[in-house]
Amino acid sequence: MTPAAPVEIAPSEVRETTGETDVRPDRPWKVIVWNDPINLMSYVTFVFQKLFGYSKEKATQLMLDVHYKGRAVVSDGPKEKAEMDVFRLHEHGLWATMEHDD
Amino acid sequence: MAPRRPIEPNGDGTYRLDLRDEERALIAAIVPDLRGLLADDPADEVLTRLFPTARPDDPEAEAEFQGMVRDELVTKRLSRLDIVAELAEATVLDQEQLAAWMGAVNDIRLVLGTRLGVTEDDEFDEADDDDPESVARSAYWYLGWLLEHLVEASTSEL
Repeated sequence: MTPAAPVEIAPSEVRETTGETDVRPDRPWKVIVWNDPINLMSYVTFVFQKLFGYSKEKATQLMLDVHYKGRAVVSDGPKEKAEMDVFRLHEHGLWATMEHDD
Repeated sequence: MAPRRPIEPNGDGTYRLDLRDEERALIAAIVPDLRGLLADDPADEVLTRLFPTARPDDPEAEAEFQGMVRDELVTKRLSRLDIVAELAEATVLDQEQLAAWMGAVNDIRLVLGTRLGVTEDDEFDEADDDDPESVARSAYWYLGWLLEHLVEASTSEL
């Protein structure tokens, strides 16, 4: 994935932190794959194994969750990781979204 | 007689690709169609499934995400279609080429399936001469069969 160009911040724009800095760690994000009528079940299982290194059993269970429950959380983590996972799932033609794990 | 397998691992990291002439002709015909569409009109509705929404809850974040990934998704898809076009007559594939074939065949199925309005309940009768979309349906059915075998061959290397 091509990273976004870093934003240059002029020194004068850097505010002094006075204890009001948001120190919450990057909240975990969930990556969700949704059921669709076109992708083959074997293909979806293979993609989960290949992208996430899941065992055949775990990948199959996730695929079945997608198929029968309509969706499954396939990975989680900080925002950048979730974006990368969604990108790779889209690259493989799967219908993936990401959301906050509130 | 054992059912024919269009692709099989050779055991040395390569794969034997055994397709009939008419299958190669179908692939050689269909790949440039999708390539042209992707290159000229990537916003075409029939390509929706190739560029899913990542952030349905947040239009601003979605625009940012698409800005970040869209060009690269198009580039990657064009590149694997090019690999398949170059190798339409190949009888041996390496692992990278197999991955390109699998990705391209899946993309073509997604587009054909979108065009045909495939639903969960569809029954894939292989041929119905009265159906004006019978050619596209046959291609969709065939590519599903081919993809199953490409996945099976790829899984053997995991």
